[in-house]
Formats: sequence, C-alpha cells, structure tokens
Amino acid sequence: MNPELRRRTPTLRAARVILAKDLRIELRTLQSLSAMLLFSLTTFVLFRYGLDRTSLEGSLASGVLLMTILFAAVLGIGRLFVAEREQGGFDAFALAPIDGSALFYAKVTAQLIYLAILEAFALPVFAVLFLSDWSGLGALTAVLALLNLGLALIGTIVSVMATNSRARDLLTPLLLLPLLVPLMISAASAAAPLLDADGPSFAEFPKWLALLGLYDLIFGLIGWAVFDYLIED
Amino acid sequence: MAAAEPTPPPALSIKALGRDFNEATVLRGVELELAAGGSLAILGPNGAGKTTLLRIIAGLLRPSRGSLSVLGAELPRGRWQLRGRVGMLGHAPLLYRELSGRENLRFAARLHGLKDDGEGPIEALLEQVGMSRRADLRVEEMSAGMVQRLSLCRALLPQPELLLADEPLSHLDPGARRELAPLLGPAPGRTRVIVSHDPSTAQTEPGMVLGLGANGSQAFYIDSGELDLTILETLYGGGPK
Amino acid sequence: MSAPSPRILPFLAVGLIATAFGLVFFYAPLEADQGFIQKIFYLHVPLAITALVGFMLAAVHAIIHLRTGDPIHDARAYVSIHMSVIFGVAVLLTGAIWARASWGKWWVWDEPTLVSFLIVFLLYATYYPLRYAIVERDRQARYASVFAITAGAFVPLNFIAVRLAEPLIHPRTLGAANGGLPAEMMFTFLVSLAGMGLLWVTLVRFELAAKASRGHLKRLRRNLLDPDQDAIATRGLGGRIEPLIEAERA
Repeated sequence: MNPELRRRTPTLRAARVILAKDLRIELRTLQSLSAMLLFSLTTFVLFRYGLDRTSLEGSLASGVLLMTILFAAVLGIGRLFVAEREQGGFDAFALAPIDGSALFYAKVTAQLIYLAILEAFALPVFAVLFLSDWSGLGALTAVLALLNLGLALIGTIVSVMATNSRARDLLTPLLLLPLLVPLMISAASAAAPLLDADGPSFAEFPKWLALLGLYDLIFGLIGWAVFDYLIED
Repeated sequence: MAAAEPTPPPALSIKALGRDFNEATVLRGVELELAAGGSLAILGPNGAGKTTLLRIIAGLLRPSRGSLSVLGAELPRGRWQLRGRVGMLGHAPLLYRELSGRENLRFAARLHGLKDDGEGPIEALLEQVGMSRRADLRVEEMSAGMVQRLSLCRALLPQPELLLADEPLSHLDPGARRELAPLLGPAPGRTRVIVSHDPSTAQTEPGMVLGLGANGSQAFYIDSGELDLTILETLYGGGPK
Repeated sequence: MSAPSPRILPFLAVGLIATAFGLVFFYAPLEADQGFIQKIFYLHVPLAITALVGFMLAAVHAIIHLRTGDPIHDARAYVSIHMSVIFGVAVLLTGAIWARASWGKWWVWDEPTLVSFLIVFLLYATYYPLRYAIVERDRQARYASVFAITAGAFVPLNFIAVRLAEPLIHPRTLGAANGGLPAEMMFTFLVSLAGMGLLWVTLVRFELAAKASRGHLKRLRRNLLDPDQDAIATRGLGGRIEPLIEAERA
C-alpha cells in the first residue's frame, strides 16, 4: 500500500554503517587521530617549558591536561564533516532512506572513539611526565568520559555548522570554545582534587559529575532535536 | 489528494515553480507534468537553472515559489517519502576518495538497506560499466571517466523509480558514451530526468523536452519530436554547438 | 510582541527611565557600606536582567522559526540578540565601574555573576561571525536559530557552573543577608527594571521596522531591475538573439 515505506533503513543500523565508513577512512588515512596525538604530546612539552615545571598537581595539573585534550579535540572536531561536504556525503544521505539523526549518532560516536584513543595515549604520557601520585587516575577516567560526551555532542553540532559555512576553520574554535566553558569548568573542578599532591579527595566529586552529566543530557537532547535542520539544504 | 483519477498519477507535476538565491531569481515559472515511466530532457544555456531544478526535484533544495509533486510526494513537505526512491547522478560523484569503488558501492547499498549488502547487483553493475577489475582501486586513484562510471553505478544501485542525471556522459569519450548510454536509457518502472548540454541526444530520444532560458524562465515544454533548429537557436541564441 | 500602540512605547520607555533616574538620585536611600557608587546597581542589574531575558526571548523565537520556517521569527531572534549584546556591553562597562569603585579593581574574577555574564556575552558575540559566514539566506536563518536555541540552553548551565566553582561569594545588594532589599530600594529597582525592559522592546521594534523597510526596498529594487536583468542576460549572448527577434518581426 505504501511503497515509499518499503525500504527504510533502521536508524541505528544506518548509524552503524556510517560509523564503520568513517572509521575505515580514518584507519586508512589516520588524518585526525595522528594530528590529535601528536598535538597533545607537543603541547605537554610546551607546557613543561611554558610553566617551567617538571611536576604538576591539583588545579594546575588538571588545567594542563584538560586544555591539551580540549585543543586536540578541536582538531578532530573540525574535520568531522569535511569528507561529507567535499565528497557529497550530505546529498547521498538526503537521498538515502535513512533518518537524519543516524548521521548525528554516527558522528558523535566517531568523535567519542577518537577522544578515547587520544586519552588512552595522552593520560599515561601526562602521568609519566608530570604526576608524582597516580592514585586519582581511575576516578579521572569517569570525568573524562563525561567530558568526552559533552565535547562530542557540542562538537558535532558546531562542526556541521562550520563545515557548511565559508569560514570553516575559523568558525569551529570560535563557536566551540565559549560553548564548552561550563563543561570545562565542571571537568576542571572535578579533576583538580583528584590530582592533588597528597592524594585525591572526593568531597565535591559527585556534584561536578552531576553537572557534567546534566550538560551532556541537555546538549544531547538539543543536538538530537535540531540536527535535521542543520543538514537540509 | 485528487484520488478520483483513474489514470496513474504523474511521476512529476510542477506548477509555477520558482527558486531564488538571496536576491537573484535563478528559476521561474516552471510548469510541467511527466507521466510515470516517461523521460524528460532539460535543455538550456549555462546558468539557466537546470541543476537547480534537478536538485529541487530530488528534494535536496526547497522551492521558493510554486508547488511540485514527485512520485506522489508533495515537496518539500513530503520529502521523506522520496528517500531511497530517487537516483541522482550529479556533478559531485558522491563517492569517498579514500575508499575503493567496491567499498563505496557497498556503503551505498548498506545505507539503502539492500539485501546481502547489494553484493549481486554491485557486481552486475560493475560488469555493465566495465569496471569489474578496476573497482578495488581507491576513488582518488581513478580517472575522471572511471569515477563517472562508478558514480553511475551508485545512482542505479538502489533501482530508483526516478533517475535524475546532470550531464551524465560529460567526462566520457565517444566509445564510453556508446557503452554507457543504454544504462541511462528507458527501463521498466523508471522515470528519467536528464539535464543535457547536447540537444542532439534530446532530439533522438522519445520523451518530453523542457527548455530553460538564460534567466531561468521556462522557454518551452514540448515533445522531443517537435524540437527543431529554430526552437534551439532561440533557446541558445546561436544554435547548438 | 504585539503591544497595542507602538507609537506610545518610546515615550513610555523614556518616561519610565526618567522616573527611575529621579528615584535613584532623590528617593532611594544611600547604601551604608558602599555609599553613592552603589546607585550604579539600578543601572547595572536591570540592564543585565533585560539582556538575559532578551537572549531567552531570542531562543523562543528561534524555536518558533524552526517549527514554522517563517523568516520573521528569525529576524526577531536576530534583533533580540543584537540588542541584548549591545545591552551586554553596557552591563560589562557598568560592572567594571562598580568593581573599581567598591573593590579598587576594574575586574574581579571571584564575582560569579559578572564572570558568567562575560562568558555569555562572549558566546553571543560569535553569533555575528556565524551569520555572516553563511551566504544562503535560508540556511543562515536555520543555523542562526540553532545557535540561538543552543546558546539559550547554555545560559543557565553556565551560571550554575560558574557559581558552583566560586566558593567565595561577595555580599551583594540583592538578597543580602539582612533580609533583602529595603522597600525604597526595591521600588526604585523595579521601576528601573521596567524602564530598561521597555527601552529594550522599543529599540527592538525600531530595528525590526528598519529591517522590514530595508527588505521592502530591496524587493522593490529587484522588481524594478528584473526586466533589466533579463536584458543583460540576453545581451550577454553576444547579440545573437536580436537578429532572430528582428527576423521574426519582419
């Protein structure tokens, strides 16, 4: 009766297909990942001399780590949609029997994977280079997980806007950084006590995790609601 | 809406269609109807809005004025009904440079939810365009003609009810054109809209012909049999190249 | 935004603001700790509240714009943000003056409300580069709306995060420990707030009207030019069509 409904690809399946395509291309070229990893390492070296410190603790440590992750993430976020823009992916998705949110899920997940790989590399390097006490690192991964989700959600919204504008490279950091301020405040406030020289303290930990979670939730809902408006022509 | 009609609804029904880009009007007063299974050639000089019209029909671009219904879906509102039923062969090949030809086609097949990731149809299409042995090259390593063949496979893969092609044979040499032309030809259950710079193809094929003038207005909409040199000279202001 | 008589609005706004200034200088009592400089409170805080409400209104218009596709709501969101950014400059300036007078420094980082406002201001300042980086008007309007909605949700989150991050909160005039504002101060504050709010609405309406007439002018000019455009296009074909027309006439 309704021939137009006969071949709709389920959204999660379509998202998985797009994600697999992105990961395959990334694995083949290593464009984003290699840039992010290299950038983080260089930044640590720069902080070593910029701050003239060989060991860090507390808020200084969390600041160095989180700023490095943030700016490395910006590199990846800027490239999330470049292939779709330059090679016609947006048109192909609009013609295919898939929901626009499939693209959103796929790109958020791709960015989450890149960030996890970045941190799997950068966190040990950071600990070896700067930290004397490693006991807070376990709890720190929970902070990073929630931070990553926020970065990926906001990053995906901003990236699609910047990619479809004529000031792509300019617009990504310009829009992204102010939007991430509350997220970075929460993550830094949660991470600083974990990196104290005399062992981690957890007094305010739940409060900041809750705020990180709230941020992720709200921008997840917004991203999901507005994404269709961002990809139509 | 008009359910009382006994004849099958037209594949394409366009009324007073216009499109602006900011202050500039690129398309105006387009009015046509095309039966299901029919074919339409769009002719016109550069900048006449041919590609714009094609993108509007594909549901990729919203019209600024007028109404259109494509395969029974009122656009732009019913755009989601078109998804998966339109094959588009545009200027952009819609292929990822870093993936091989087969990988690109398999990706398209999965997006469209084809059975077995489209294994059978992909190989059949590659065979037809003579790309079977070269389809494992990455797209960035291919020549323009190979990319064009692959792009044609991509457009035909989901067996679209409506095939939209924008100068589909432009990057190909005469031999390749002869080879690929049948793939773009009439097929059961397929309506075709083909933009062309070359009026001779429109003249030799049965179907309708839409002429768009240099300012984006409709110059004529006639059967290809009625097309003659005078009409073309008026359209192009100098006769076909 | 459909007040009955737009003509009376500017006068009402000016009248209210004049009244507020009268109240500030002659009616409201001097604050014991801060003295005369505290009176900048009646300018600074209403400006800030108006600007923030303006940002929120922009988000509401943006939602309506995405739902209906009507460009008027995009224009309203745009003008709302524009006016609130201008008010925001005034908020930051008056805040700096107040900080200088009471704490001896032009900027204090441990004043969470002011810092939050700065961050919000910085975010909304990027609204302009976003708009102007997108040429095609429909897309520009849609992206601007998405921005306005995202930023609207951002504002409260940002205030929460900055406030929680700052354990040391300076005693403030509003909501002070000794049972809030004295009645005279509260009254003056409310009149001033109403005045600023009306001023914002008036300016927004003026700019919307100006925008509308500019758009109208553009349309008129386009309609005038359109036949010419055709002629230019025809001439661009190297004059090959004129002989044809001539031939047809003959």
